[in-house]
Amino acid sequence: MWRFVIGRLLQAIPVIFIVITATFFLVRAAPGGPFDAEKAVIPEVKAALERQYRLDLPIHEQYFAYLADLSQGDLGPSFKYPGRTINELIESGLPATAELGAYALLIAVIIGSLAGIAAALRPNTLQDYIPMSMAMIGICMPTFLLGPILVLIFGIHLDWLPVSGWGDIPGDKLMPSITLGAAYAAYVARLSRAGMLEVLSQDYIRTARAKGLPEWQVVLKHGLRGGMLPVVAFLGPAFAGLLAGSFVVETIFQIPGLGRFYVQAAFNRDYTMILGTTVFLSTLIVLFNLLSDIVAAWLNPRLRAQLSE
Amino acid sequence: MTSPLLRLISITLLACLAACTGGESKVEQGNREGVLHYGNGSEPQGLDPHVVTGVPENKIIRSLFEGLAVKNPYTLEPEPGVAESWDISEDGKTITFHLNPKARWSNGDTVTASDYVWSWHRALNPNMGNQYSYMLYPLVNAEAYATGKLEDPNEVGVKAVDDHTLVVSLNAPTPYFIQLMDHYSTFAVHPETVTMHGGATDRFTPWTRVENMVSNGPFVLTEWKLNRYIRIEKNPLYWNADNVKLNAVIFYPTENLTSEERMFRAGQLHHTNEVPLDKLPVYKAMPKSPLVQAPYLGTYYYLLNTDRPPLDDVRVRKALSMAVDRDTLVSTVLQGAYVSAYSITPPDTLGYYPPKTFSYDPDKARALLADAGYPNGENWPGLELTYNTSENHRKVAVAIQQMWKDVLNIEVTLANQEWKVYLDSVNQMNFQIARRGWIGDYVDPNNFLDLFITGGGNNNTGYSNSEYDDIILRRAPSAPTRDERYSLFREAEAMLMESMPIIPIYTYTSKHLTHPSVKGMPSNLMDSLNIRYVWLDPSETLELE
Amino acid sequence: MAHTDINAEKGTSLWEDAWRRLKKNRLALFGLGVLGLFVASALLTPWIAPYAYDAQNLDLGATPPSAQHWLGTDIFGRDLLTQIMYGGRISLAVGFVATAVALVIGVTWGAVAGYVGGRADAVMMRIVDILYALPFMIFIVLLMVVFGRNLLLLFLAIGAVEWLTMARIMRGQVQALRKQEFVEAAISLGLSPMTIIRRHLVPNALGPIIVYTTLTIPSVMLLEAFLSFLGLGIQPPKTSWGLLISYGAETMEEYPWLLIFPGLALTTTLFALNFLGDGLRDALDVRRSAD
Repeated sequence: MWRFVIGRLLQAIPVIFIVITATFFLVRAAPGGPFDAEKAVIPEVKAALERQYRLDLPIHEQYFAYLADLSQGDLGPSFKYPGRTINELIESGLPATAELGAYALLIAVIIGSLAGIAAALRPNTLQDYIPMSMAMIGICMPTFLLGPILVLIFGIHLDWLPVSGWGDIPGDKLMPSITLGAAYAAYVARLSRAGMLEVLSQDYIRTARAKGLPEWQVVLKHGLRGGMLPVVAFLGPAFAGLLAGSFVVETIFQIPGLGRFYVQAAFNRDYTMILGTTVFLSTLIVLFNLLSDIVAAWLNPRLRAQLSE
Repeated sequence: MTSPLLRLISITLLACLAACTGGESKVEQGNREGVLHYGNGSEPQGLDPHVVTGVPENKIIRSLFEGLAVKNPYTLEPEPGVAESWDISEDGKTITFHLNPKARWSNGDTVTASDYVWSWHRALNPNMGNQYSYMLYPLVNAEAYATGKLEDPNEVGVKAVDDHTLVVSLNAPTPYFIQLMDHYSTFAVHPETVTMHGGATDRFTPWTRVENMVSNGPFVLTEWKLNRYIRIEKNPLYWNADNVKLNAVIFYPTENLTSEERMFRAGQLHHTNEVPLDKLPVYKAMPKSPLVQAPYLGTYYYLLNTDRPPLDDVRVRKALSMAVDRDTLVSTVLQGAYVSAYSITPPDTLGYYPPKTFSYDPDKARALLADAGYPNGENWPGLELTYNTSENHRKVAVAIQQMWKDVLNIEVTLANQEWKVYLDSVNQMNFQIARRGWIGDYVDPNNFLDLFITGGGNNNTGYSNSEYDDIILRRAPSAPTRDERYSLFREAEAMLMESMPIIPIYTYTSKHLTHPSVKGMPSNLMDSLNIRYVWLDPSETLELE
Repeated sequence: MAHTDINAEKGTSLWEDAWRRLKKNRLALFGLGVLGLFVASALLTPWIAPYAYDAQNLDLGATPPSAQHWLGTDIFGRDLLTQIMYGGRISLAVGFVATAVALVIGVTWGAVAGYVGGRADAVMMRIVDILYALPFMIFIVLLMVVFGRNLLLLFLAIGAVEWLTMARIMRGQVQALRKQEFVEAAISLGLSPMTIIRRHLVPNALGPIIVYTTLTIPSVMLLEAFLSFLGLGIQPPKTSWGLLISYGAETMEEYPWLLIFPGLALTTTLFALNFLGDGLRDALDVRRSAD
């Protein structure tokens, strides 16, 4: 088992390295520099700015300097917000995005699993069709469509919930979380239904039922572990998707999180911010994938047996 | 299994309902406590007056710091700030500022003339990277020092005769110089604070952090939550503190116009930075409308790259300009929010009215185009219109593209680029037609007309006319009276528009939603906020029907 | 002996069986029908659209659905139905083309890796693993920002993201098929690897590939819409459903139809594709533990 973990960790390192390098050169290749301003910048001023941010060095020197800083955990200064470091900016945006992601994931897993399990228990009946149809809607309706529609209905017409902000007005966390979580709840529902169906048709389930165990014990104690396997495996990729979705949700609901920072940084050519956020987010994604793979492997008795040989 | 879930959902919804329908709004609470909630557009880049460049920064910095003179928000005339009075010499080239001995920094130190000398040296220092250093170029030797041609900053025309007397030496009489004293790039900073947290010209330093900042204005910085809000509170040491009626101001970054408008309706903001165009008819129709709209010192226009054919032919340029129906554009797509423009300088710029040398004339446009060799659009090589990504720019571009198609039968393609790429294209003259906007930094036609001198950094059209340069650079500055100066400007402007290196489209207006409880915030041509005048009247309520 | 014969025959009657099963699935048929309708409309748009794409009527402005404009007009007075039809052309084109790109790359890569096996296979799949772990959303945003937004780049970028799973599926299929006797027979006949891959392996592996392709198109369309919403995808004057939705979201309070109708168009298409894909999966009896 440990060999598996270490092996996957080692695999992750070249990935992160590729991310850093690719992003670094991509961003530098972009037209438009960080100091272009509508009122033309005087050449002397521009030169001074570039000197301060090391932009006057040849590109490979910039690269190595960046790597050196990175190894000490220093993501560099922001171009757009002088006086702030990227670490600071990430710190300020991370809590909101993390919270949003956590709530969305929670909604996705809980509602999705419940729907999927309920559907699997009575396949091809209304208890199956209704949740699965709603799941289909969740998959087919993009976040940036669902968000505005929810805002239109609940925020404007019914005036039940606030339309923007995060933590300013009670209840303003509900709609963004639901918007982000909906698509993933849909996937989780389908996955858990499929997983549960497969597990419930296995022999050992029939044995448990034949032994006279109450249905809920059958499902919870015996079925759940195997049935939820696909869901756990899905969590890794879901995390990456949640981050991407947060770009949109944070923009729609004006949430001061990392996703919105990232999109703004891309538009502002805030080189270090783009680099820093990409490195940070990518590392998170890679780690999360790793975690999800490990947990999935651990849960799967067949795989676990294989790996401990 | 599902009913506990249902119960959880209904409880949550009910809780939300209860929380949302009851309780005091931020505006109501602010009115009680004397706290203004102000929508400010983007999150400020920073608060160092010699580093930043934008309008959101402007509002905050001018509430934290004070310049030698400040602008009266009703008349835009200069009023005493840190300087309680000033004398201008006969030849107009020397100004002596007498600093108010009661002017204090927020840590108790007196504001002295040498603080100004130090600060202006800092603002002009080439290492500072101050993009507004040109504001101080009217000073003797300022430009030379800022561009590295002069080593010693002490040769720049500003001297501290004593602690409270500052003498400024100008290259030429500059009637608008006092106005510049209210622009943040000419503000003084507290030298000891800046140097305590880094080098004098370092751009990274934490001296602007809440715990470190020292300022001399009516408010001090008390909280700065990045991308959430900035809170400033009344400065008891400010020399005019008795006349400041607000207790605190909270600035919110409100980039998304639609969200900002909703925040206003929900009672979360006293004042919005902008108003979405589609909401204008709704607000205009209200009897007690919170909409405040006023002319704004800026022009929206299209740059024509006169180095690139077919734009090198003045007939083509004029044809393009005359084929644009500005009035319809403004009244339909732009919801009547702006005013059609036929020249670069906005009307009534401190009493100056630009000449109108042409109008919307489809027949004449077609004739000119035919004359230039493209009758009814034949042989037209095509042109590309570049603009930076924005809802409004897109709307204008799409409408004008169609107008050119309908009137002149020519194809113009649209290229939308985002901000940085667009800036690069414009600065490198890498475009054929490009959208542009110019907001005045001070109220004087010179600020607009000197854009088009030969080789001007913000000319971006290739327009070059030595007679024009002569008027702007030599004859107008030495005109003895304002009337003579203005008539010279009119001559220059007519000359410019005869060549049509730009297509003026509209004059900006400032649009805000302001809660009726806010008093002392009149609209003015520079959309300038003077926080000292603002107070809140709790008895006023918002009626949106 | 009989076992192998059945396997060898399975190639042809599998399709007939599948089609029979598909016909019974009403949702899938509905999906197929809707998809067919939208694709036909997209192809015929220049002839059947009620108005010209760029016919502006500034004085008219945005109006709700009426007799002259079945779905209403946008702020320039342009007919919304026409906009949606032209937008559909682009959105569907991106969906199909980008998926095709992913298909070609993925199938080839996976087939070669699965057939050749050994070191080459390990290296090829390791590359897939590494690429799989990259946060593509972030890269695509970056790519679009850096290199400007042209349609070709969009196709390539999206295709480059989606081919990976295609490769994995194909490899799995090929690995399983390779052990079959008919492949050994072909090898002993002296057929070249490429011929074997092309003529024998790919057709037999098509089942899951078809299913996955049908399910990739909607996720590609969603990706395009997402990028257009952020301002990074299709650029005006071209339009797409994603763009129309993002414009509609801006003014949804005053002109809700500008959001609802394009949204409906996109959602319905995605529904159709998903139902069809599910139906195909059931019909072709592919393994259910999907990812």
